[in-house]
Amino acid sequence: MESKDYLKNINEIKDLMNKSSRFISLSGLSGIMAGIYALIGGAIAYWLVDNSGSDYLILDGRIFTLAMLDLFLIAFLSIITGIYLTTKKAKRNGAKIWDTTSKRLIINFIIPLLAGGFYILIILGQGKYGHTGALMLIFYGLALINASKYSFGNIRYLGYTEIILGLIAALLPGYGFWLWILGFGVAHIIYGTWMHFKYDKN
Amino acid sequence: MSIITNINKVFDHRIRLGIMSILMVNEYADFNMLKELLEATDGNLASHTKALEKADYIKVEKQFIGRKPNTRYSTTELGSMAFKKHIEALEKLINKQ
Repeated sequence: MESKDYLKNINEIKDLMNKSSRFISLSGLSGIMAGIYALIGGAIAYWLVDNSGSDYLILDGRIFTLAMLDLFLIAFLSIITGIYLTTKKAKRNGAKIWDTTSKRLIINFIIPLLAGGFYILIILGQGKYGHTGALMLIFYGLALINASKYSFGNIRYLGYTEIILGLIAALLPGYGFWLWILGFGVAHIIYGTWMHFKYDKN
Repeated sequence: MSIITNINKVFDHRIRLGIMSILMVNEYADFNMLKELLEATDGNLASHTKALEKADYIKVEKQFIGRKPNTRYSTTELGSMAFKKHIEALEKLINKQ
């Protein structure tokens, strides 16, 4: 064999290792959209609390229910948009949307996220809601880092950002809302834009 | 010692090299996953997995998922060591020129 054949071999090995272990079709645009939903949702929550006459949320109150609904709507829209844009991108790349790598990605993403979600619901039930924003950021960050082993595009760094913001939010409980906005809104938009121009634009 | 020494004959085929590369970064892969990634035919893939199995480089587990038979492959300790050596040898060979 010639050395250029060996070089071809090495390149093929690298390509197979990546293709077989990482899901490549995550869409950067869906990150941007998730950030925009978070900003809009955050604005709605801010408006809700601002017009409620008190500075804090009361559990079981109407405002609290609306705020939770707002939160679920953000998550729901983000997931739907993410699935839609990622499916579109996968089709364009001729990749499968539901294969071993995407299944691994989802499972590894969802385990820390569900653990965190249930934990937050449990402590909300106990009337401790001071750290909700911090916990959401931290568990979401852990989920991203856990999933990053199975995806392209360094979502690990977004994960680190979310965890750092979460810890700051835990230190400064009064600013939880603003750090949540920074983490779920601004960080998503910055990261999504970076991803979009690095991987999607071609 | 010649630089050719560590080039492993067992890996001297595109499909075998491919099977090993995939198994190096995944805990395991099943037959269909390998087939899709390598774009190989059933018979072709089967003969190459057999060769790697015979050399004790990969482990084969047959099981049933529901009623469908499913064959899983993973590397053995020996296999991943041999593969690493092979890659190092390839690298040296390329760098020499």
